[in-house]
Amino acid sequence: MLGRILLVGRIAVRDLRRRRIETALLLLALTAATTTLTLGLVLRDAAGDPYQSTREATGGPDVVAGVDRHAKLSDLEELAGAPGVIDHGGPYPVTPAKLQASGRTSDVQAVGRDATPASVDQPKLIQGDWVSDGGVVVEAAFAKALDVRVGDPVTLDGRSFEVVGVAVTAAMPPYPGGTCIVAVGCASGATPEVLAKLPPGLLQNPGLVWLTQADVRRLAPDPGSLAYVMNLKLADPDEARAFVDAHSSEGLAAPRLESWENILEGVTELARDARILLMIGAWLLGLLAVASVSVLVGGRMADQTKRVGLLKAAGGTPGLVAAVLLAEYVLVAVVAAAAGLAAGSLIAPLLTGFGAGLIGGTGTPSMTMSTVGSVTAVAVGVAVVATVVPALRAARSSTVDALAGSPRPPRRTGWLIVISARLPVPLLLALRVVARRPRRVVLGVVSIAITVSGIYVALVLNAFLTAQPLAAGVDDAQAELLRQALLAVMVILFSLAAVNAIFITWATALDNRHSSALARALGATPGEVSAALAAAQVLPALAGAIVGAFPGGFVLFHAINAITGGDSDRATLPPLWQLLALVLATVLVVAALTAVPAYLGGHRPVTETLRAELA
Amino acid sequence: MSNAADVSVLRARGLRREYGKGEGLVRAVDGVDLDIGAGETVAVMGPSGCGKSTLLHLLGGLDRPSGGEVWLNGRRIDDLGEKALARMRRTDVGFVFQSFHLMEELTALENVELSALLAGRSPRAARRRAGDLLEQVGLADRARFLPSALSGGQRQRVAIARALSNEPLVVLADEPTGNLDSAAVLDVLQLFERLHESGQTLVIVTHDARIAATADRMISMRDGAFVDETRLSGGTTGQLGAFVGLED
Repeated sequence: MLGRILLVGRIAVRDLRRRRIETALLLLALTAATTTLTLGLVLRDAAGDPYQSTREATGGPDVVAGVDRHAKLSDLEELAGAPGVIDHGGPYPVTPAKLQASGRTSDVQAVGRDATPASVDQPKLIQGDWVSDGGVVVEAAFAKALDVRVGDPVTLDGRSFEVVGVAVTAAMPPYPGGTCIVAVGCASGATPEVLAKLPPGLLQNPGLVWLTQADVRRLAPDPGSLAYVMNLKLADPDEARAFVDAHSSEGLAAPRLESWENILEGVTELARDARILLMIGAWLLGLLAVASVSVLVGGRMADQTKRVGLLKAAGGTPGLVAAVLLAEYVLVAVVAAAAGLAAGSLIAPLLTGFGAGLIGGTGTPSMTMSTVGSVTAVAVGVAVVATVVPALRAARSSTVDALAGSPRPPRRTGWLIVISARLPVPLLLALRVVARRPRRVVLGVVSIAITVSGIYVALVLNAFLTAQPLAAGVDDAQAELLRQALLAVMVILFSLAAVNAIFITWATALDNRHSSALARALGATPGEVSAALAAAQVLPALAGAIVGAFPGGFVLFHAINAITGGDSDRATLPPLWQLLALVLATVLVVAALTAVPAYLGGHRPVTETLRAELA
Repeated sequence: MSNAADVSVLRARGLRREYGKGEGLVRAVDGVDLDIGAGETVAVMGPSGCGKSTLLHLLGGLDRPSGGEVWLNGRRIDDLGEKALARMRRTDVGFVFQSFHLMEELTALENVELSALLAGRSPRAARRRAGDLLEQVGLADRARFLPSALSGGQRQRVAIARALSNEPLVVLADEPTGNLDSAAVLDVLQLFERLHESGQTLVIVTHDARIAATADRMISMRDGAFVDETRLSGGTTGQLGAFVGLED
């Protein structure tokens, strides 16, 4: 048994080394898919870990409780004494204000804190010192968005303050995802149209600042307008949700409670969005990789017919032959999985971008066994799905036929042959090329449809992020990061589709070398044959682009919304002209990509090809 | 090689085709002069690898010579571009190959009509012409069969019908009986005989003396050059089968 495994491995490795370029392309296609999948899988951890670090460094609360009016302070005091609560910070007064800094104005929630450190939620200073009278500490992500630093003068409702510190907290997600703790209410993420319909006075996308309690009380128009917030530490942090459920009650006057798990969800929302984008991208790339590998394997199988015959003639069973063919691609898949895991874990931190709002935002994400297992399984699955049919077909083929190197006979698609007779020579030949290998044409159509669907979704999301970044719960910098994630997926998707188009054209040119040479012997010009080979790719590309742009992209976008629970009504779908331009551009790009292999295929020496068929 | 007919359909002067360089240089065709008259059947004989097929490819514009000239119907073709050569092949030359070279996915009828479609004939005219030709080669009842369902002789007859599709000036046949059994050889010979009688110019490359004996003229080739030429007075007239030793 061991000897057999070694034999299979040795033959597989030798064959891979003999065909280095094809092996490299195969590796590239699979690595693109596994990298994206790894990115998607590790991104949640990449965002979750910095929050945990921040929680530890700041004595982060297990539950944050808030009330709107001074009169309800007793409710908070009651919570501080509730069973399971081992420590608490506050209650701290909170007031809304308008902050002006460097010519920019923003709404803020100003929290009044003691100058002495608190045991629960003591924000960790990134720069400067903690609050003092006349000195304001700005939440780090908000400070970055507003571009303020320690020492900068700011005004709060017209009163002058100096920025004395910049800090991070685990009691609230970083700006702009902060929760609303002021009495007047907030309108985070609302579009200008929605804002116009809301009551005046609501804070718009407020940032978080800390002042001394005295300064906060001075800012408040009257003591009764202050809201209060209290941070609770529980004996068992895992019971935070249960604590919130047990102490929540209906009604506007009741305290609002939020568990640390809820805050973590808010923190990881951006990562969740990027993760969903990447996971969908990974699936699209996985499908494209199946198409790439199928085309490559199909092309190689045609070349390997004689080799299969030799293996069988030398006593190899059909099982051994199938095992050798499968082993080659599984080996490549395992290497691609390893490369994808390495690349994905290196790139992931660049896409999280929580450095401003949390501690350790650019740290290395953890690689779990489940991630490794999932990525490897997908890579091997892609290879097996694409290889199993041709491998079994080769294993079952007649040894004599295989030794003779007889290529797989082309298919006859009668109706296409009849239609083609009425068309000009390049289209006549193109339709006959298409008719010979319908499965390859389907792969071409699917490949382009997947790519165009992906571009459709990218157009929608890019337009949404550009027009309404705050509505998406992200600030400009984070929108830029999401856009980068989107761009990365699109670039990989596009590259893989381009590689597919070239593969398919080249495989078609090779597969049709005899019929092309014969057509030329019968009077077709090299230009007509080249045009036919190119048209045989462009026609399926046109079909794929139409399918991808109209039903495909729409369906994919709504599927994403269904998965993420997004509100598709807020997104603007691409106008008709943009979709038509997308279809046209796709066709032009495919035509350009296929031009060289089609040209080479159409200009092969006729006599050499016809003579080779006799050999 | 001075016995050219009064009107040369095909003419070659100093024709050369070389492969490789230096010590590896191979002269596949080495200074061939040739004149083939209208309606003439010429057989080129010689052992395998003597350059017969290469010569045929040069004469039909499928390959380019390293030197010399080729004239077809008074027009020099060795300096034509690929496009012009292709157009010339459409209308002026019909090829018959040893291994038939039929499109496997096309029926006999569709294979025959392909040449006419490439030449720009209407689908209806191409189909009618293909039907007539298949009838002429005795395969009207096999018109809808795929090549895989035909015998070797039947496939070669389909290939001959295809070569005639555009009424070419000359038919170039490369070992047309090389892959056939005796009965099929006789079928093909009879077909060539009929073509000869109808005035079709034919150049047949073969290493089979029985086939060559049916021609008007037999040229022997060795190492890329002509070494002998024989005018056969009897041509292909008379009892063809008996003449070539295929029948009693």
